Amino acid sequence: MRPFEWTRLAAALLVLCGTLGVPAWIVLAAGSGSAGAQAPRELRETGLYADPSTQRIASDVLAFRPQYPLWTDGARKRRWIRLPAGSSIDASDPDAWRFPVGTQLWKEFAYERRVETRYMQLGGDGRWVYATYVWSPDGRSASLAPQRGLRGACQSTSGAPHDIPSELDCRACHQGTPSEVLGFSALQLSSARTSREPGDNAAELQLDDFVARGWIRDLPREFRERAPQIAARSERERAVLGYLHGNCASCHNARGPLAELGLDLEFSLARGSSAVRTSVGVESRFQLAELERSERIVPGAPHASVLFRRISSRDPLLQMPALGTHVVDTAAVELVSQWIEQDLAPARLADTHSSHQRQR
Amino acid sequence: MLLKSLLLVAAAGIGLVLVTTAMSDTDRDHARSVERGRYLVTAMGCNDCHTPLKLGPNGPEPDMTRMLSGHPAEMALPPAPGLPEGPWNTVAAGTLTAWNGPWGTSFTANLTPDPETGIGRWKEADFAATVRTGRHLGRGRNLLPPMPYQNVAALTDADLHDVFTYLQSIPAIANRVPQPLPPARQ
Ligand code: HEC
Ligand code: HEC
Ligand code: HEC
Repeated sequence: MRPFEWTRLAAALLVLCGTLGVPAWIVLAAGSGSAGAQAPRELRETGLYADPSTQRIASDVLAFRPQYPLWTDGARKRRWIRLPAGSSIDASDPDAWRFPVGTQLWKEFAYERRVETRYMQLGGDGRWVYATYVWSPDGRSASLAPQRGLRGACQSTSGAPHDIPSELDCRACHQGTPSEVLGFSALQLSSARTSREPGDNAAELQLDDFVARGWIRDLPREFRERAPQIAARSERERAVLGYLHGNCASCHNARGPLAELGLDLEFSLARGSSAVRTSVGVESRFQLAELERSERIVPGAPHASVLFRRISSRDPLLQMPALGTHVVDTAAVELVSQWIEQDLAPARLADTHSSHQRQR
Repeated sequence: MLLKSLLLVAAAGIGLVLVTTAMSDTDRDHARSVERGRYLVTAMGCNDCHTPLKLGPNGPEPDMTRMLSGHPAEMALPPAPGLPEGPWNTVAAGTLTAWNGPWGTSFTANLTPDPETGIGRWKEADFAATVRTGRHLGRGRNLLPPMPYQNVAALTDADLHDVFTYLQSIPAIANRVPQPLPPARQ
């Protein structure tokens, strides 16, 4: 329909609303927008630091660490959040928290020295601003990176290049799920955790701490009484499902733009996991050169499994994730390999299948 | 009471009229979109690479029985010839559907609406994300040369919509294009 007809339709609707007694503002509110946010030029202008010269963190900025972090070639990372005074996060949907306008999040990357600090801020129009600040070599200040990013801005610990992502790359990862915030969630902050990333346990707050401070409201009661956790048959499987959730689920889930691929690696606190169902024995659209028919996961055979081959590779045509890393996450590869070989071995699968049947 | 039911009937009537005019408008919009999409795809030369060339009586010509279905899957190619160091660094198969250069070997994609091997399952958003970002589905690997995605990305949203609408309207052709190959290691 052309815009002209939209206005005609809207006018007709307003007349209808009037006659039927529906308040017209319900209709109008959908169209109105308020101010979007813009990223400042310098990191210090975002308000992360109480004192930019000593880089002491502001007192209303709180540190956190997700238990299933994204692998970024061995970078050391620190993360923070600030909510506007008096506001709180609506946690009623445990898989998609809703953040108040003005929420700010930071994620700092360091190898030998600090490289970049990534930044998100929720604008009044409901859109997140994505920006990243590149640190000067002397570590005194960090300035807004170009929108196109910076390839090979420095070297990671193993000598591979570290790329500062473009804004499109931020969006490629963050805009694949309803909540664009990926590491600040009920599961990621849970105190029942097994983090693979070393951190500063004293300073970094967890789910209960944020609830106690009134930053999180309407968290379903079950998760206030018992810390949320991934349901799995073994500790190893829990770690694998957590790795897939933290590293893959922002793209591979059942409700985002890539849902059509039918590969769901998200762990949902409401629905559980579909990772096994959508990958084990499922034909892949990606063909491995030497095989007639490629499957995402072949139980017992990691090297014949597309999923395993893609996380073990950094060939740009093959690697998963397709962006944000140049170095293989060897610990994760080892973990997934053992899981496919041992937990998913055909005999074990048959076992669990029959025990499920016995229970019924 | 009577007034209220009269109003309701009138409201339903207005609604019906609005819905029917909107429907015929949609049909007209669709046809217009397909036509403009055909025009854009022709003028922007998508067939040059996505429709294989065959040898006809007047020399090479696009094989329109395979229109926009990409590199033919059954065409077996020997490894690309290695070129000596220097400015001549790219070669193409005679079909112009397979290309080899410093990036490796790429094969032009099947743009027909075949659901299994073409882009039949794509939504308009998938198409737009791919050509706007130069990444497969906007989130995967980078598209390889010589796909001129920057040219397509220069189109307005309305033009992209028309190109996609046209592509979804052409005959679906089942043709599973091979995956690209990495550069041969020296
Ligand atoms: C390869 C995917 C990927 C890319 C590219 C990416 N991010 Fe993230 N980001 C994540 C994931 C996954 C998390 C949560 C896990 C973690 O922090 O380890 C995250 C966490 C964050 C956080 C902390 C808040 C949160 O969502 O948990 C911020 C801030 C952030 N990213 C900003 C950015 C910005 C800005 C860019 C672009 C300059 C960017 N990210 C690029 C995947 C990505
Ligand atoms: C930034 C988005 C993104 C992230 C993050 C990501 N992928 Fe993908 N993945 C894609 C896209 C796009 C495709 C489809 C195109 C392709 O095959 O390259 C894909 C395809 C795949 C496929 C083949 C799907 C099929 O049809 O069988 C597998 C397996 C896969 N990814 C595994 C993973 C794993 C495991 C992770 C996490 C370690 C991951 N991906 C992270 C974007 C992503
Ligand atoms: C000079 C040759 C060339 C021209 C002209 C060309 N393409 Fe391509 N196109 C390619 C190649 C090669 C690929 C495969 C790239 C790859 O595998 O990364 C491709 C891939 C694509 C893809 C990605 C499909 C997928 O599955 O990811 C789309 C969409 C596309 N082309 C659309 C178009 C449109 C629309 C036009 C006309 C405006 C066009 N192309 C013109 C060479 C070309």
